[in-house]
Amino acid sequence: MAAEVQNASEHHAEEHHHHHETFWNKYVFSIDHKMISKQFLITGIVMGIIGMGMSLLFRLQLAWPDKSFPILNTFLGKWAEDGVMDPNMYLALVTIHGTIMVFFVLTAGLSGTFSNLLIPLQVGARDMASGFINMLSYWFFFTSSVVMVVSLFVPDGPAAAGWTIYPPLSALPAAMPGSGSGMTLWLVSMTLFIASSLLGALNYIVTVLNLRTKGMSMTRLPLTIWAFFVTAILGVLSFPVLFSAALLLLFDRSMGTSFYLSDILIGGEVLSNTGGSPILYEHLFWFLGHPEVYIILLPALGITSEVIATNSRKPIFGYRAMVGSILMIAFLSFIVWGHHMFVTGMNPFLGTVFTFTTLLIAIPSAVKAFNYITTLWKGNLQLTPAMLFSIGLVSTFITGGLTGIILGDSALDINVHDTYFVVAHFHIVMGLSAIFGMFAGIYHWFPRMFGRMMIRPLGYAHFVITFISAYGVFYPMHFLGLAGLPRRYFTNTEFPMFDNLVDINIIISVFAILGGLAQILFLFNFFYSALRGKRAPQNPWRSNTLEWTAPVKHLHGNWPGEIPEVHRWPYDYSKPGAKEDFVPQTVPISPDEEATGH
Amino acid sequence: MMTLLITAVVVLAIIALAQVVRIFEISNSMREQKEEDNRPSHKENDSYGKIGFALGMLFWLFAIWSTFKWGKYLLPVSASNEGLDTDQLMWITMAVIGFVFLITQPILFYFVYRYRGIKGRKATYMEHDNKLEAIWTVIPTIVLAIIITYGIFTWSSIMNPDFEEEPLVVELYAKQFSWQARLAGDDNILGYANVRLIEGANTLGVDPNDLNGLDDIIVSGELHLPVNRPVLFKFRAQDVIHSAYMPHFRAQMNCVPGTVTQFAFTPNKTTAEMRQVPKVINQIDHINSLREEMGEEPYEFDFVLLCNKICGSAHYNMQMKIVVETEEEFNSWLKEQTTFAESL
Repeated sequence: MAAEVQNASEHHAEEHHHHHETFWNKYVFSIDHKMISKQFLITGIVMGIIGMGMSLLFRLQLAWPDKSFPILNTFLGKWAEDGVMDPNMYLALVTIHGTIMVFFVLTAGLSGTFSNLLIPLQVGARDMASGFINMLSYWFFFTSSVVMVVSLFVPDGPAAAGWTIYPPLSALPAAMPGSGSGMTLWLVSMTLFIASSLLGALNYIVTVLNLRTKGMSMTRLPLTIWAFFVTAILGVLSFPVLFSAALLLLFDRSMGTSFYLSDILIGGEVLSNTGGSPILYEHLFWFLGHPEVYIILLPALGITSEVIATNSRKPIFGYRAMVGSILMIAFLSFIVWGHHMFVTGMNPFLGTVFTFTTLLIAIPSAVKAFNYITTLWKGNLQLTPAMLFSIGLVSTFITGGLTGIILGDSALDINVHDTYFVVAHFHIVMGLSAIFGMFAGIYHWFPRMFGRMMIRPLGYAHFVITFISAYGVFYPMHFLGLAGLPRRYFTNTEFPMFDNLVDINIIISVFAILGGLAQILFLFNFFYSALRGKRAPQNPWRSNTLEWTAPVKHLHGNWPGEIPEVHRWPYDYSKPGAKEDFVPQTVPISPDEEATGH
Repeated sequence: MMTLLITAVVVLAIIALAQVVRIFEISNSMREQKEEDNRPSHKENDSYGKIGFALGMLFWLFAIWSTFKWGKYLLPVSASNEGLDTDQLMWITMAVIGFVFLITQPILFYFVYRYRGIKGRKATYMEHDNKLEAIWTVIPTIVLAIIITYGIFTWSSIMNPDFEEEPLVVELYAKQFSWQARLAGDDNILGYANVRLIEGANTLGVDPNDLNGLDDIIVSGELHLPVNRPVLFKFRAQDVIHSAYMPHFRAQMNCVPGTVTQFAFTPNKTTAEMRQVPKVINQIDHINSLREEMGEEPYEFDFVLLCNKICGSAHYNMQMKIVVETEEEFNSWLKEQTTFAESL
């Protein structure tokens, strides 16, 4: 019987392998999760370059508002005649920077890449539950990216109402140039993006639930998979709400409805809309918006758990507590959205409820942070670039998480809401943590993705400069915020009370440019190694998880013969009695391990 | 020219990088290749354990240094009673998170150094420890319970104020890109207003048929408030969402089209008194020395109202001066203003 099964699956794999491969179905309309993951990653990197480039342009403006930069004219054309940026373009840049970074890089680029690569390989599946839906997910994302990039070139400029696009500003073309065709394209792009996210997420959920190999119980899943799985559930439950928010906004913009509009005079004209409320939009937006933070963060934390355990040569400390805290964070993330809206005039009682639920998130977060630190304790740390980025993540997760205790407290939020304090907080806890997690993932699984090794010394240099400049950019922003400086200000020169903040602004911009340049090291390393890097061995990090048992050379179906069976949890590193300091999941539990095996 | 130069620098940098990599590769190929070369050597672990620790401590020291260096830029003494409460909560919370930050970061980076994978290092197998985990679940829970309770009480007392005297009612009206204020006049009741009633000089859309509105006083550019009297602000917006942010009073509330929102506080220092606070004097002197270098007029301290919700191209310059003064000064200022009835 067993032999029969083996033959059948061999035959299956064989069939896949010899599937008629053309350029189109291998590289473009691929249904192989490994190829799709590369497509997500490379699109994400391209979008990341655009998003980061924009931030450098507006940092030039913020640090040296009275200087003229020809480079601004080069990139922005008519929006920066004489090298000085137009205020409308400034708002457009911060808007698109936010949109691209949050959605295109840290949602699709991160989840799309690593959920796709790792879910089938780590649970022991030949591919995603539906390769076709997976392919659609990427192409929706690709189209969405193209529409977003196209929106940068419309005559009135791209959307400019902030990445949260609150109406009426985003609903009324008369309110700002960015609320014209740029805004329409933004909504079209996001609609496609939501479709992509949902298709992807459904696939991830089904694959994790149904396609785990023999022996891979839920409690033997690597923490990466737990994180991707819960992230997908968050996405499925929250993205449709953003879709409805966008749809109603589209109606208000084009069909004269009044969901968000009431009693407005703009462009010298009183609008007929009555009865709507922009606050409704904010509720709908943040019902996605807050879980979205964890859609970004959880995959990074999952990657970090795996990278830290492997490179500490120790089990992740408190596996069950880690799973529990992921579930707890995910649950709480749905009942805290109001903390973005403390000063919108909502009922003060709601403020107390949201303060309570928000600050509770600190508990599972603290558990995670302490468990990471304890995993390092008494380890044998293999300080690869991936490991260093993961440690960087733990640091930023703590730093940024702590300031959340101030922002989540409604009484304190009154004074720091929408200031640079918020910018500092979310860039550190969500932006830096997630991007560090993404870098950790790329450095760690690059051999698995491309069958080649990245150049380690360049990875080290990339980490050192990135770590320094990341904190150099965002830590000083706390002071700007506590001094009362609002975010999304084109310049703060109109207020003499902020004149003493000039030096901080310059420091931030210098670090931003340094950090931007450091990414050239990464890009070079990435593309060079993908094409010409040293061939990767089977299991370069001596890791326990299943993906390292599949052949280095990709084949559709992942394993040539039968899918390996799993006999233990993925964290048997440095287990007493074992010959080596790692025991892959495929190794059967030996008789003397009966008491300690998982 | 500049662009060309930058392009050239980038291209040269990439070429230089490529050459460095070539050298690295060639020197690698001259040595014998081993499987473990893919992983950091003991020497690399040693170096990056130290470098990681150094980086972490560098950041830690930077955090401390910047607090001393830039702490003085933070807001001056709060100028409202409510601000005193939130400031106290702020400093207590800051102390707690500052403590956790200053403890955990060095531990994290010390471990990177202490357990770096040098020769002879063995990891200790350890799955979990219920006692430890209970400690770091229970302690944060207790600390947070205290912060949450304190925060909720502060918030409730600010948002549901119980003033002994009747607060002065003032409307703040936001539009792209300026502020106007409407004081409620002798009856201290604001007349009904709606954007549909805006016509000619009646820029706030006050209903001329509402008797409560006839004594309202509409001002632009500068709003005066009496010290030590609670003020109940009502907020309206004409076009898009704005946010009325008065940092010195630790006050903020959004102005939402179609709705009236509110926020109350009691100013407890006059503008003149604020100008005498040593910390304010120091800040203003510093700002003025910087302004002198830039060739700008000297600046005198004033309370200010800013827009703090993205509202369009001139969002960054939507402000109004607020003057807090004694009751007598306020009353004489009020007498000089014209009422809504007079302006019709």
